[in-house]
Amino acid sequence: MKRIIHKHPLAIRWFHWINFPILFVMIWSGLLIYWAYQPYKIQIGDTVLFKFFPNWFIQALNLRRRLAEGMSWHFVFMWLFTINGALYVLYTFISGEWRFLLPNRRSFREAGQVLLHDLGIRKTAPPQVKYNGAQRIAYTAILLMGIGSLLTGLAIYKPTQFSGLTTVMGGYENARLWHFILTIGYVLFFVIHLLQVARAGWNNFQAMVTGFEVEKKLPEKTPPAPTTPA
Amino acid sequence: MATVDDIEEELPEKKPHREELTSEQQIRRRTLKAFALFGLAGVIPFSLWKWIKIQPKEAGLPKVFREVLKVNEEVANGYFSNANLAPTFPKDWAVKNVRVNGRDGLRSAIDKDAWRLKVEQPGRKALLISLDELKALPKQEIVFEFKCIEGWSQIQHWGGVNFAEFVKKYQLGQKDGSEAWYPYVGMKTPDGGYYVGIDTPSALHPQTILAYEMNGEPLTDLHGAPLRLIIPVKYGVKNLKRIGSLWFSDERPRDFWAERGYDYHVGL
Repeated sequence: MKRIIHKHPLAIRWFHWINFPILFVMIWSGLLIYWAYQPYKIQIGDTVLFKFFPNWFIQALNLRRRLAEGMSWHFVFMWLFTINGALYVLYTFISGEWRFLLPNRRSFREAGQVLLHDLGIRKTAPPQVKYNGAQRIAYTAILLMGIGSLLTGLAIYKPTQFSGLTTVMGGYENARLWHFILTIGYVLFFVIHLLQVARAGWNNFQAMVTGFEVEKKLPEKTPPAPTTPA
Repeated sequence: MATVDDIEEELPEKKPHREELTSEQQIRRRTLKAFALFGLAGVIPFSLWKWIKIQPKEAGLPKVFREVLKVNEEVANGYFSNANLAPTFPKDWAVKNVRVNGRDGLRSAIDKDAWRLKVEQPGRKALLISLDELKALPKQEIVFEFKCIEGWSQIQHWGGVNFAEFVKKYQLGQKDGSEAWYPYVGMKTPDGGYYVGIDTPSALHPQTILAYEMNGEPLTDLHGAPLRLIIPVKYGVKNLKRIGSLWFSDERPRDFWAERGYDYHVGL
């Protein structure tokens, strides 16, 4: 016999999976827009380490001469991105889920332990309720990044009507730069997220679809196997 | 995506809620059901994408996108205000090397001495206005961040006639015998090679200028001599160079880039 442990409420699963294609469209259409003016690069002194983006990348993703198309997708799907994000925030606060998601006093030390464990330096992972410290920090950071994308986006979308916001975001050009950096941040988050999901295994992953994890043994005798879900 | 009982919440800070022992068969059934629904839900974004792809095109964009862009425009009109101004800068911040991005409408030669601004309005005789007449009106200068739809921006210094002042002086824009404004202003180059349509409130914004000077000097040909539009509440694409004629109308005037897949409004 096994038992079921409820993990992710239905609403959270919906918000999570709806966000996935929306964010995909926002990043892709953002690339179509970025193609028309590509000033960003990573540079030390006069040595360019990486140019956003190399020609092979632009060619592979077919980003050329599609600015108008990119803008139209971006300014249509921005609504879905905003609505889904706002509902998610609203839900986590009303339901109390935020208690699992916001970092607390212990989270930062715990996150260090999780990192050491994940890198194979520390033997045991710290005990956790639903999410560990590293997850709490990551999931709260990604939410703040979403708000950041919204604000920097608005600052470059209507820099005259919301000139105060544009100024707070460091001016028009800086707001565009931050809008871009946040997008790179999503991509990095996504890569780590996938690696962690793969590491944590099937039981953890399927919970984002079914809502529950399956526990093999009686909890009275052995505590549930510590998973490091992503 | 999940069964109904999944919706019920565990209380915060409580240990995750454990169900009574469940048989493997039940777990398997619930898992299969959840994944089946998940797969089915995956059809939604795919069909949405397909649906967008088969939409009839309206000026280069799927029809539904044009409709959403119109909603965006209405939302933008809701917060548009003459009190919201593009930030301005000291004159010495302005670049000396002002970028030129396109030559549409400027490809033919022009006799600047013979040039007159043609102004049309329904039910009226067209006006022909010389540059000297325009220069006789008070001059307004602006140093602001010019923004191209491509993404680049530049601090530039322009001088000319405030558009709202110009409209007042020649009593334009309002329908005869009423206070109502024509909703649109159209402008085009003398050869008709470039043309824009602008909503009247944006045209009447206090920073909109019919410019004849750049960096304190008369306009050069590539910057739109003898007269061009500077409209900081729009992207550069609406800042028509070498204005040949200008008219007020009830219909949306044709717009060069809107016909090529861009948003019509492009308000900033």
